[in-house]
Amino acid sequence: MMQFMLLFSRQGKLRLQKWYIAHPDKLKKKITRELITTILARKPKMCSFLEWRDLKIVYKRYASLYFCCAIEQDDNELLTLEIIHRYVELLDKYFGSVCELDIIFNFEKAYFILDELLLGGEVQETSKKNVLKAIAAQDLLQEDEAVEGALHDIGLL
Amino acid sequence: MYPYYESDWSVLPPEANRRFNPAFNMATIKQVVNEAIERVRMPTPMRLRDLIRQIRAARTAAEERSVVNKECAYIRSTFREEDSVWRCRNIAKLLYIHMLGYPAHFGQLECLKLIASSRFTDKRIGYLGAMLLLDERQDVHLLITNCLKNDLNSTTQFVVGLALCTLGAIASPEMARDLAGEVERLMKSPNAYVRKKAALCAFRIVRRVPELMEMFLPATRSMLSEKNHGVLITGVTLITEMCENSPDTLNHFKKIVPNLVRILKNLILAGYSPEHDVSGISDPFLQVKILKLLRVLGINDVDTSEAMNDILAQVATNTETSKNVGNTILYETVLSIMDIKSEGGLRVLAVNILGRFLLNNDKNIRYVALNTLLRTVHVDSAAVQRHRATVLECLKDPDVSIRRRAMELSFALINSQNVRTMTKELVNFLEKADPEFKAPCSSSIVLATERYAPTRRWRLDTLLKVLVAAGNYVRDDVISSTIQLITESPTHQGYVALQLYRALKEDLQNRQPLIQVGVWCMGEYGDLLTSAQADDDLQPPTEEEVIEVYQRVLWSPQNTVTTKQYALMSLMKLSTRFTNTISKIQSMISTFRTSLHVEIQQRGVEFSQLFGSHNHLRAGLLERMPPLDDGGTGGKDPNQLNGEADEEVLFGSGSPDAEEDEAIAGMSNTNALLDFLDLDVINPATRPSLASVSPPGPLTSSHSQPVMTNNTNNQDLLDLLGLGPLGPPTIPATENNNGLQPPAMPTPLDNGNLDFLAGGEGLFAPPVTDNVILEKQLPQMTAYEKDGLRVIFGLETPSVGSINPDTLTIHVTATNNTLSSMTDFLFQVAVPRTFQLQMMSPSGTTILPNGRVTQIIKVSNPSKNTLKMKVRLSYVIDGTPVNDQIEVNNFPVDIWD
Repeated sequence: MMQFMLLFSRQGKLRLQKWYIAHPDKLKKKITRELITTILARKPKMCSFLEWRDLKIVYKRYASLYFCCAIEQDDNELLTLEIIHRYVELLDKYFGSVCELDIIFNFEKAYFILDELLLGGEVQETSKKNVLKAIAAQDLLQEDEAVEGALHDIGLL
Repeated sequence: MYPYYESDWSVLPPEANRRFNPAFNMATIKQVVNEAIERVRMPTPMRLRDLIRQIRAARTAAEERSVVNKECAYIRSTFREEDSVWRCRNIAKLLYIHMLGYPAHFGQLECLKLIASSRFTDKRIGYLGAMLLLDERQDVHLLITNCLKNDLNSTTQFVVGLALCTLGAIASPEMARDLAGEVERLMKSPNAYVRKKAALCAFRIVRRVPELMEMFLPATRSMLSEKNHGVLITGVTLITEMCENSPDTLNHFKKIVPNLVRILKNLILAGYSPEHDVSGISDPFLQVKILKLLRVLGINDVDTSEAMNDILAQVATNTETSKNVGNTILYETVLSIMDIKSEGGLRVLAVNILGRFLLNNDKNIRYVALNTLLRTVHVDSAAVQRHRATVLECLKDPDVSIRRRAMELSFALINSQNVRTMTKELVNFLEKADPEFKAPCSSSIVLATERYAPTRRWRLDTLLKVLVAAGNYVRDDVISSTIQLITESPTHQGYVALQLYRALKEDLQNRQPLIQVGVWCMGEYGDLLTSAQADDDLQPPTEEEVIEVYQRVLWSPQNTVTTKQYALMSLMKLSTRFTNTISKIQSMISTFRTSLHVEIQQRGVEFSQLFGSHNHLRAGLLERMPPLDDGGTGGKDPNQLNGEADEEVLFGSGSPDAEEDEAIAGMSNTNALLDFLDLDVINPATRPSLASVSPPGPLTSSHSQPVMTNNTNNQDLLDLLGLGPLGPPTIPATENNNGLQPPAMPTPLDNGNLDFLAGGEGLFAPPVTDNVILEKQLPQMTAYEKDGLRVIFGLETPSVGSINPDTLTIHVTATNNTLSSMTDFLFQVAVPRTFQLQMMSPSGTTILPNGRVTQIIKVSNPSKNTLKMKVRLSYVIDGTPVNDQIEVNNFPVDIWD
């Protein structure tokens, strides 16, 4: 089971954090800081895996963003790389060639997409199409509400 | 217009009359109007993207902080005013602020309010906030459980989806119990979107509360007949978790192996399906999950393994390996083949796959190969040996992850045939290795040489190389095992001493262990050193040259106290082995009579005395060590790093040889020194009796009880030197200095002790035989050892004639071998009713890394029953509380005799 996923920039700024296990805020911050410094210090040619405490850290850099996952001892590291890649593909499809700024300004959307791919630290959907369909349908629900609200405001409803 | 003022305006002077102050009137009117407008029209709060822009535009950290603080203050105020229109926007901003690392806990309740809203937009942000801001430690859980329960019953699938997603992320055991029924119902929903999410929720619930597993079983079984991959993969994940949790469930699910095989076969053989294709492979996520479940089901079961042999072979041969995806599946297949009872041919295939992995250009694949080979090396060593050269090559990899794996695998591959080449490579690796590798690597080399060394000479040479290469990172077990080996090798002692002498002439910085072993050998075998056969072109050193080395060692500020203690002891020994430098040695030793360090000063004073009035005893006292006993060092804690050992006394190991070893190791305790001098007159009854079965551990350090220890040392020394008769001990030793001595105990010999420290005259004064306080060497037992916490009981049995003959005093020492501090350490004990228990307060509640906490427990046993003890421990490490409870029943039977 994946224990957490972190997205951070080359400058070490956290862009997204998803925790599937309960830790106090303070510990989360400590872990995040520690991993960001360790990973940023690694050279680009090095392998994507780190042994850290009793966890395996799998990370990969896409453009200016690092995607970093902590998995348990009996999880498949290579598959975790595939999960990261799948997530990047989904972001790319959703935003249309995604860049760091998209994730900064629409961080909630990035979370929503992740929540349709993983649940409780495990993969819940292996079809890209299904994930995007679910997100689009929920976005539509939100838009309907917005229109409804606006009509209300001007007294048409 | 203002009738209220009408009556008195004429009596006030104009300047005090408010009616005539036009500025005041204007201001009042403006204020009233403004307030009215404010009330009617709340200003729209800043939009999320504007806030992000503002924060990003901040040029300094201080500027960013001020933007954030201002916005946080504003958000707080809207929360206070129960502004529900903009709550969603404000929470979204707060979540961004939270990600930047600012506190946002004040938004927790607002998230719950959003969740309770009927709008989907509110719920979406509310649940996101709940997942980010709450964790399972929060008290608000009761509230959120109710919200979740409502939404799990919603008719909108996406609302149910949000609730399931949140439950899966933050489910606490209580929430899991409360909502398991709802989740079970949703697992049977006709909607696949809800079903897959419910299955993963069930997975988390089973993980948190395994006893809830039972209720999910029926709904789980039907999930495997699904077509939808989402439902399939979540179902397989859930079944895997259940099987790993309970052997009964594991047996129950063995019958689904044919279903799993069929699904997997379909995935491999089915043509291209765009929906699930990843670079030519159909749904690798699902394939890997199924392979893992097959492994769980097939472990130690021949029949089940038989049923999956074919499909594993098919996957192993048919998977395309040009991309990471293919290798992912092969990796999982290899793990399964190695873990189940698979056919021999299949295993060869698996090891060959790993061999190909090792040669892969992709570092990740190489890492995985090393990792897996390490797991399989015990199954099929010969097959892995074939890849030895490649593994050794990986020791030079620039990547630390790969180097670590390669190092571990290299040690696993050492056998008697390849030990010479492997050790050579590993010593080379050790020289250049990062500090973090040096300690484990050096210890592992020592172990390997112990097991496989072809000759003794080679083994000694290797140990010396390790001492040179690993420097200060050598663990203490290496020092002691090297010294022990040297004592056991009479034919090589001169050679080793000469080699060490040469090593000590080189640069000694950061090589304390090497110096310690070096001076130890030179002291013991000084005569052999100067008369050694010259090999190569180097002549053996003269006595003066040897003394020069000592001068450097003793006066170098870089050397630790322990090292200097070794050196002083060794130099003393040389005084009986050398002939024409004795006066030089004497003057060097006497300079330490004024050392600022009390341990060294003690040595300086005592040794100087041996040159004076007791010169005739010197030769006998400083005889060569007999060979050390192997058993004495075997149980030593390998985690000790150099320098910590001076408080870790080995008395518990029982055999006199071990104590000698300890004394030789330059330890602080004079008792040990005297044992080593082989004048052992301590009453044999006080010797540890159970020590051979219990691992040695630390004795309370002499630093914490300076007065007492010195007293006893003093007394022992007198006794041991045969200058006074030693009666049987009449009073049990007390090691504490916090008022726990029995009242009848005589006043300790403070004066004599001080005299001895000041001038050295007290040392050989006539003993006061009435007041013998004998510090007993306590038998020890390890009561607890887990997760780096070790608790050792030093058992101080009542001695004959003591005041409380039934009372056992237990010296509890808790040591922390982790890298983090343990705080709030609490040690509790319960004993059966026939016993009486008295616990003294502990020396502290925080155990620093490698630190310790001591506590004294007294147990009296008037009815002489067998002692059983329940121990409860709790502490906090890295913010995580740890609780544990054990029973200690292995007390030696004879403690009350």
